[in-house]
Parts: sequence; structure tokens; C-alpha cells
Amino acid sequence: MANVDKEMLTQFLLRMGDNTLILGHRVSEWCGHAPVLEEDIALANTALDLIGQTQLWLGYAAEVMDDGKTADDIAFLRDAWDFRNLLLLELPNGDFGQTLMRQFLFDAYQSILLPRLMKSSDQTIAEIAEKACKEAAYHVERSAETVVGLGDGTEESHKRMQAALERLWPYVGEMFASDEVDAAMAAAGVAPDPASLREEYDALIGKVLSEATLSIPDSDFAHKGGRNGKTHTEHLGHLLTQMQWLQRAYPGATW
Amino acid sequence: MAAARLPGRNVVNDREHTSAEPTLPEVAQVWDWLHAVPDPEIPVISLTDLGIIRDVAYEEDTLIVTVTPTYSGCPATSIINLDIETALRGHGVEKLELRRQLSPAWTTDWMTQSGRDKLEAYGIAPPQPAGGPDKCPHCGSQHVEKMSQFGSTPCKAQWRCTACLEPFDYFKCI
Repeated sequence: MANVDKEMLTQFLLRMGDNTLILGHRVSEWCGHAPVLEEDIALANTALDLIGQTQLWLGYAAEVMDDGKTADDIAFLRDAWDFRNLLLLELPNGDFGQTLMRQFLFDAYQSILLPRLMKSSDQTIAEIAEKACKEAAYHVERSAETVVGLGDGTEESHKRMQAALERLWPYVGEMFASDEVDAAMAAAGVAPDPASLREEYDALIGKVLSEATLSIPDSDFAHKGGRNGKTHTEHLGHLLTQMQWLQRAYPGATW
Repeated sequence: MAAARLPGRNVVNDREHTSAEPTLPEVAQVWDWLHAVPDPEIPVISLTDLGIIRDVAYEEDTLIVTVTPTYSGCPATSIINLDIETALRGHGVEKLELRRQLSPAWTTDWMTQSGRDKLEAYGIAPPQPAGGPDKCPHCGSQHVEKMSQFGSTPCKAQWRCTACLEPFDYFKCI
């Protein structure tokens, strides 16, 4: 374990794990509803990868917290205010285009963050990142291709993708809004300051969105409050009622 | 109530009246046993063909089998662990510990040549460094196209042969 305040490290790990958990759950809502079979399978597989990564991040969070809780306890027995995911990821799916736009905006972030985390001073974080990195690489390949296909597609698909980008853009800034947890992680060499990733991120999404003939909104306004848990959207509580239903109705149930 | 006699080693030990410590199976023998354990989702190849068994060793008299996951969310992972444990316990291994190793992350480069051959014979195109299948596993044509980056399991993509028109699974290269 890196030489860093345990509480801060826990917060960082919850951010990583809650991001993949909440997005994994959202994406899994598509199972059986996608427009074509191949996309249905692709969405389910992506959700599966994200949930798998969640087990690694929250498993390590539980190890650091060292209070007898497991990754499952963290996922299923916390309430909305304890979650540390980006607001972007808890938003309802919208249509298929909006789901893929959100996936691309997040995959692009992960594809830049995870390679940095492979050099973390915390060995376990470096190992989880090494594993997740390979999956993030093909996730972003697929979501970018789909965003281009739909953006530069028919008049209808283009219109929907532009609307999706405008809907989701105000939630992008939160990825780069550094706070004291990020400062502690950066100082200890655990993780980069997210603000330092913005330039590379803008270059990557700029290239893909331009190929998709989509215009990035001219606004820096950013909704915040997810990664520090201060103000989640009303959507997270609704999501949790589904995701946590079984453990709430039958506490301690095991597979 | 009379205690029921459980089958297995205890019975053997009782019968032999031996007080000596049982000999532990050789590491090479354990590898042979693991070679016979099929992948739960693609039973045509074994766990050793897949390259996910990273180490077999003893720590004192406990057998340590180190396993790496293929994909972090692969649902077969827990079944694989169960299958390893069942197989080794079936061969009489009593003190056994399975360890998960994340790094180095699993790569399809660790798949054995015989594993690749078995996949192809089964109708799944084996992973290729080029990032796509070199030929259709059914008719051998090189005219193939990708349908989806994801297939029936996280480790596979869906491709189609434009010569024989058959769709097929391609084991993704990671």
C-alpha cells in the first residue's frame, strides 16, 4: 500500500470503483433492449467488464478500509450520499445514441487515466490498472467507432448524437475538477491530478467528435457533486433501489 | 447414531494403518492434472492451453496454484477456480490454496499452440497478432469481415466469412 492517508486513499478507490459500478449497472439496463443483437451483446459484455473492474477497485477499497466489509457490502449496502461516481454515469441511459455518447466520453477518460495509474506508487492500483487498461482500450475503440458511425450517419442519427452531446457535455468537466483527495494522491505518486489529463482528453474527443461531424458546445459549465458525494442527481437513488433491491429485501443473501 | 464412513483418503489411510505423512504429488504431476481441466465455456481447450495457470508450487505442504483472470468481469473465473479445486481434491490434494494474480495481465500470447489448433478445429478462429482472424475456421477463405467486437463471451468477437457466408467466433487478441 502506498504511503498515503488511508481515508484519502479509500476515497480515491471509491471514486474508481463507483464509476465502473454505476456505469456498469446503467449499461446492463440495456440487456435485451438494444436495437440489434450484436449491440445487445456488446453492451452486456461492456457492462460485465465494468462490473469486473468494480470488484477489483471496491475489493481493494474494502482491504484498505479494513473494517470487515467486502466489495459486495460497499456496493449494495451504502446509500446515495456515500457514492463517489461522476454524475455523468448515473444519468438515465436516454436513447442508444446517448448511451454510446456517454460511454465514449467516459471510455476516453479511462483510456487516458488508466495507463497513468499503471505507474502508480501503489502496487495494487498499478496491477488493477494494468488489467483494466486492456479492456478500456477496446471499449474506447468501439464507442468511438459507434459515435462516428451515428454522428456521421443519417440526418436523424446525427441530430440525436448532437443532442446527446449537448445533454452530456455539462457533465464532462467534473472528471477534471481536482480536490484535496486528488492533491494527496498526486503528492504520493498514487494517481495523476485529473486536471492534468484535460489537454490529452480534449485532443482525443476533439478528433473523434470532429470525425463524427458533431460540434462540441461552447461552454465550460460543469455540474459537480458526484465524485465528492456532495450533490448527486435524483437519478442515483432510483438506480440504487433496483441495484440494491435484493440485499435490501433479503439482507445477507448469498449466491 | 453410527458415524457414516466417508469415502476417500481417510478410508485408505485407515486401511493401511500408516502413520507416515502422505507423499505430496509432484508439481509436474499437478500440471498434468490441470492440463486435463477444460475451460468451462470453451471445453475444447484446457486451462493450461489458455495460459491462465501462472504457477504451481508448494509452500511447506500447501499446494499453491496461481491463476490469472482472462477478463476482469469474466463470469467463468469463479467456475474455473471451482473446477481446479474439484479436480485437485479429486486427485487427493488436501491442502490447497488458489491465488489470483493480476500482473502481468493475461495475454492471448500465453495460449499454447495446441490450444490454438484445438480452437480452430472447433470452429473458433484463434487470436492473431494482426488483430483479426487470418482465415475462416470453416472453409479456410481469407475473405472475412468483422460483425461485432463482442461475441458470445467477453473473450470473443463475431466475424463472418464472405466466401462461405458462415459467421464464426474469433478469439480476441489482448
